[in-house]
Amino acid sequence: MKPIWFFVGLILLIMGIIIVLTGVYSLFNPAGDKKVLSDIHPDIWWGGIMVVVGLIYVLKNKNVKID
Amino acid sequence: MSAIGLSPVDWLIIAIYFGFVIGIGFYLKKFTKNENDFFLAGRKNSSWVAGLAFLSANLGALEILGMTGNTFKYGMFVAHFYWIGAIPAMLFLGIYMMPFYYSSKIKSVPGYLKLRFDERTRVLNGIAFAIMTLLVSGINLYAMALVLHTFFGWPWHVSMWASALTVAVYVTLSGLMSAIFTEIIQFFLIWFGLFLVSVLGLIELGGIHQVLSRIPESFNTLWSTSGNAADNGMMITWGGIVLGLGFVLSFGYWTTDFLVVQRAFSAKDLRSARMTPLIASFFKMAIPFIVILAGLIALVLANEPNSGFHLLTDNGHINYDSALPLLIARYYPEGLVGLGVTALLAGFMAGQAGNISAFNTVWTYDIYKSIINKNASETHLLWMGRAATIVGIIVSLGTAYWAMSFPSIMDYMQAIFSWVNAPLFATMLLGMFIVWITPAGAFWGLIAGMGSSFVMYLAVKFNWISTSLITMSSPSSDMAANFWRAWWAWLICFVVTIVISLFTKKKPKEELVGLVKGLTAENVNKDIPFVKRPEFVALISLAVLIILNIYFW
Repeated sequence: MKPIWFFVGLILLIMGIIIVLTGVYSLFNPAGDKKVLSDIHPDIWWGGIMVVVGLIYVLKNKNVKID
Repeated sequence: MSAIGLSPVDWLIIAIYFGFVIGIGFYLKKFTKNENDFFLAGRKNSSWVAGLAFLSANLGALEILGMTGNTFKYGMFVAHFYWIGAIPAMLFLGIYMMPFYYSSKIKSVPGYLKLRFDERTRVLNGIAFAIMTLLVSGINLYAMALVLHTFFGWPWHVSMWASALTVAVYVTLSGLMSAIFTEIIQFFLIWFGLFLVSVLGLIELGGIHQVLSRIPESFNTLWSTSGNAADNGMMITWGGIVLGLGFVLSFGYWTTDFLVVQRAFSAKDLRSARMTPLIASFFKMAIPFIVILAGLIALVLANEPNSGFHLLTDNGHINYDSALPLLIARYYPEGLVGLGVTALLAGFMAGQAGNISAFNTVWTYDIYKSIINKNASETHLLWMGRAATIVGIIVSLGTAYWAMSFPSIMDYMQAIFSWVNAPLFATMLLGMFIVWITPAGAFWGLIAGMGSSFVMYLAVKFNWISTSLITMSSPSSDMAANFWRAWWAWLICFVVTIVISLFTKKKPKEELVGLVKGLTAENVNKDIPFVKRPEFVALISLAVLIILNIYFW
């Protein structure tokens, strides 16, 4: 079966992509009710970190099979 | 209490998580072929997998909402739960106790009691553990429903039933294996979903020193205000912390609670099993940077009139457990809110799955096979494990409603631990390290310890005696009473076990080989360099613990 690390990477990658895309969208279409510190766009850089970490786990384990 | 709205993107992230964990349950079902796979995840996990699962099984509702809420209520003393209240016990488990557990090839902690003592001690502990586990599982459901209610405005009943059914599906399909998979996913989601709260809080308030300087001294130190109970938010002295939490409750939980120890049993070999709690100890020490920090940030914000931040109230009572969800609502934009909520849900669901997977094992082996059907086949036991999962979920649903009547989740949790785990630790300690402790001594000692803890709880609750009689200080909090009650229960069990053992029949030494220190060959692999041995890793962990305590003294 696939190692757990592959699934960890997959879910981080998927969620990270969604969060980054949402952040980029809201950059150009700002929401009406602004959150505290929204000007530093945590969704873009935090989502970006998730994408990088997720990608590393997926690529490193995509061909790995364990008993 | 007004609901916090979610956007379609937030809902999408939550839906992905639910789909993912149910999908993992179905994916792993084809690899769950026998009872060993279902109850012990095939006993083939690496120390990293077992270690993260070991930690995550404990990272449920109480770890997240409860601890953040308690930090708001009691201050930084809550960090003791993560440091002195966890690390020494985890290291002791890995270095000294795991060889006895793992080498005896038992399937559960009560299984060790049968080998070391007798069947009645095993059944007594099995029943107590099963009841405790379902009670704790109820807390998880309660906390999960709180989040769903807070964020979505869902009715309590719908929230609890919906989440319980999801856990029931994936644990029933592949048992401990799916529980461990989802626990590790939960570990990552919690870090990515909740650590950002602390990061953003520090950015807003200007750093950790700003946070600490804006709260009273009774709330921002670890030890320096522990000399007098009146000087700190938890209203406890260092004696209660060290004896009650650091020794009895901590060792009782981390070394004997099957919920966490079961993860180490799933390791592929003895070295991996010993490394399991040691690896987990480093991550355990890091958790306060999520929950304690968030609690302190919430405290600072709540004290600032212009911050616009205040905890929710229920019928005039402050809802401390709303601190973290409200910080998420304050900082997180669309998408990240979904991630934060998912992290909380993951914590609750994995915590509940951990309880249920431990319950189904203890029920199947230590109660059902031990008392009801001694000749059950392997196939039948596998079926029974799945049936126990479903029944356990239903029973824990009932306990969730009882949990709702307590003001703080953690106080309730510690009350339960001091009934069951505290005396059990005395039994285990004596059983593993002293040869002449007898089955009768263990059984009656356990009865005395559990009974006395329960009676003390009732006596304080119904004002038969003053709390200060147990805590030896006035004033004192519920938390302080729990710590001290645990200490007395441990001591009573310890003394009664020794006294009765002096006058009752001992087990033949040949039956205790591999179960007791002194009768067991030291299993040290001299080919492994010292820096790769569990002992070295434990020393590093201990050094980090000391540094943290000195830094935040």
